[in-house]
Amino acid sequence: MTVAVARHPASPAAFWRRAWEDRTVLSLLCLAPAVLLLLVFLTYPLGLGVWLGFTDARIGRPGVFIGLENYWSLLGDDIFRLAVFNTLLYTTVATVVKFALGLWLALLLNEHLPFKSLIRAIVLLPWIVPTVLSAIVFWWLYDSQFSIISWALTRLGLIDHYIDFLGQPGMARASVIAANIWRGIPFVAICLLAGLQTISPSLYEAASLDGAAAWQRFRYVTLPLLMPVLSIVLTFSILFTFTDFQLIYAITRGGPNNATHLMATLAFQRAIGGGNLGEGAAIAVAMVPFLVIATVFSFFGLRRGRWQQGGRDG
Amino acid sequence: MTDFSRRDLLKIGAGAAVVGVAAGGIVRPAAAADLALTPEPGASLRVLRWSQFVQGDIDQWMANTKKFTEKTGVAVRIDREAWPDLPPKSAVAANVGAGPDIIVGFFDDAQLYPDKLLDLSDLATYLGDKYGGWYDVCTRYAMRDGKWIALPLGAPGGCIVYRKSWINEAGFDAIPKDMEGFLKLCQALQAKGHPAGMALGNAIGDGSWTYWLMWAFGGKMVDDDNNVAINSPETLKALEYAKELYPTFISGTLSWLDPNNNKAFLDGQIGLTNNGISIYYAAKNSKDEKLKAMAADIEHSNYPVGPVGHPTELHLYSQAMAFKYTKFPNAAKAYLQFMWEKEQYEPWQTAAIGYVTQPLKAYEQNKVWSTDPKNLPYRDVLKNMLWHGYSGKLGYSSAAAMNDYIVQNMVASAASGAKSPQDAIAEAEKRLNRFYKL
Repeated sequence: MTVAVARHPASPAAFWRRAWEDRTVLSLLCLAPAVLLLLVFLTYPLGLGVWLGFTDARIGRPGVFIGLENYWSLLGDDIFRLAVFNTLLYTTVATVVKFALGLWLALLLNEHLPFKSLIRAIVLLPWIVPTVLSAIVFWWLYDSQFSIISWALTRLGLIDHYIDFLGQPGMARASVIAANIWRGIPFVAICLLAGLQTISPSLYEAASLDGAAAWQRFRYVTLPLLMPVLSIVLTFSILFTFTDFQLIYAITRGGPNNATHLMATLAFQRAIGGGNLGEGAAIAVAMVPFLVIATVFSFFGLRRGRWQQGGRDG
Repeated sequence: MTDFSRRDLLKIGAGAAVVGVAAGGIVRPAAAADLALTPEPGASLRVLRWSQFVQGDIDQWMANTKKFTEKTGVAVRIDREAWPDLPPKSAVAANVGAGPDIIVGFFDDAQLYPDKLLDLSDLATYLGDKYGGWYDVCTRYAMRDGKWIALPLGAPGGCIVYRKSWINEAGFDAIPKDMEGFLKLCQALQAKGHPAGMALGNAIGDGSWTYWLMWAFGGKMVDDDNNVAINSPETLKALEYAKELYPTFISGTLSWLDPNNNKAFLDGQIGLTNNGISIYYAAKNSKDEKLKAMAADIEHSNYPVGPVGHPTELHLYSQAMAFKYTKFPNAAKAYLQFMWEKEQYEPWQTAAIGYVTQPLKAYEQNKVWSTDPKNLPYRDVLKNMLWHGYSGKLGYSSAAAMNDYIVQNMVASAASGAKSPQDAIAEAEKRLNRFYKL
């Protein structure tokens, strides 16, 4: 290499030609745009967010490093603790129901149905509709005076007064979780459907010949083979649900009395509305450990080899 | 030398204003007469303001701006954003030192970055002298260390909105001026099947009635020195009152955000609420005969006054800020001066159908308040208003406390019985302590 350079000291064109032909250099060059984009749009904002969490930055005023003070302060904040509880409840219940119903829907859509393509397209609609639009629809559905649900139930004689969907903490939580489930099912169903279609029909035939019942075919053929897709979809679904913002912001703004505040909405409220960028960033960063645990569990936990082979764990 | 001359002029102007008022009316003092602001050659401006609540507002704003451009040659670009988006945008502009030359923002944004803003003292003093002075609350929001760092624009404020025939039916001629009477009215309305309804959810604008309630009984978040003072017998009285008031409300107000009361009122489900003038105009301008008839029955009133003996209202409040980074400070100030002068301000206020209450007392005479007598109570909303950090200082703590809905949550949880008034106060105190220790 040194010799080559010495032989052609004044030939940059040759140097670039050689570099261009080098696999390593070429790989790096091809990767560079993606790496640059990630650095600028992902790493930098994330790094800045983490840094802000360690400062007392305010809107309009750069902060100084205060160590873990924001985090200690948040630990003593009832609203933050409530938001953590709400977020965990929201994510757990919504994810479990979304998966149960999504898997069920995927299995149904995997059957031979008339107008299969049309039905699949329709199923996707809740996912396609902009979140804020579906949030406004739910806001109307849950309205304490104009809810069509209450109206219909009243007309049917099943209730004698309108339901206060968003006025009571428990009911409000259930209502926003239901909205999230409605919105999230298509994503789960369509992804799992894609996974189901990769399973060879011959496996089912073989299982049937071996005398496997429907449940056994599901348990020992479908589920293990679906598990790689399922784990990925579960990971994404948890991430989407845990970081949900728009539904809550449009339907309740975190009310009543903070009963539906999630960590994301509280972070926004404190950072942008209240001007406390440091604390808002700390709340956002506090979501990371939960997300990492959830991701590790769903991604690695559900991909364990023996389970995939149809065997039992342990 | 310039300062000396200006101060002299202002002193003379103030004296002339006193003489003018004493002589029987608000007149233009000769010495404060002309604030000659000459825009820089080749100047152009970018102005960011809130999206209009009523169409007439933006139409007239643009027409006034066009007049300014024709008169001065300064091109002005107007950008609009939904008002809740303005605080972060103006903060970013202040932080990075680039962006619109002028931002017409809300509440105490100016107090968060006072050193980034142009000193508008000469302009504010000139306008104050010329137009009868600014309401007290404006000086709270727009002044810092004796300097004007913003120019008050006005308040898209709220009043008690009610159905005249229904309160007559309940045995009242008008909205009582005291708290006891107001409670009795709401109870009577409820008994007649026309309940009241005011937002108890996280409503940014319409939830401000909870501040009125707390202040009316002498409760407050903080004292004059920003020490948390919410845990007081006065706040307790306010919450006990709220507990009695809440059963007179229609069901569901705990989840109400800003639009809910408008919908419920226009649907005839409630007989009384607190709101801007928009409910009345929606009914008045409706093509639906039923709503037109309702408009004739809608009346407005200022909020009752509590035991403290003075009005304790809180409203949305808007003011303009000019940033130091602007290349054309004179043009920016000349634009503000032009837009705030009577020839432009009053037609704009009229076009906004009284949605925005003036910050300058002379504009009380604007015909928008007298052409339709139903508009009149809105004339006084800034006169009756306290600042949201009352009675402490405005700044990061008060902004954070307001945006965390601490007072709304306290009133809502005590009123609904979710917490005892004592517990609700204790929780609010704890939350306030977090923000005010900073």
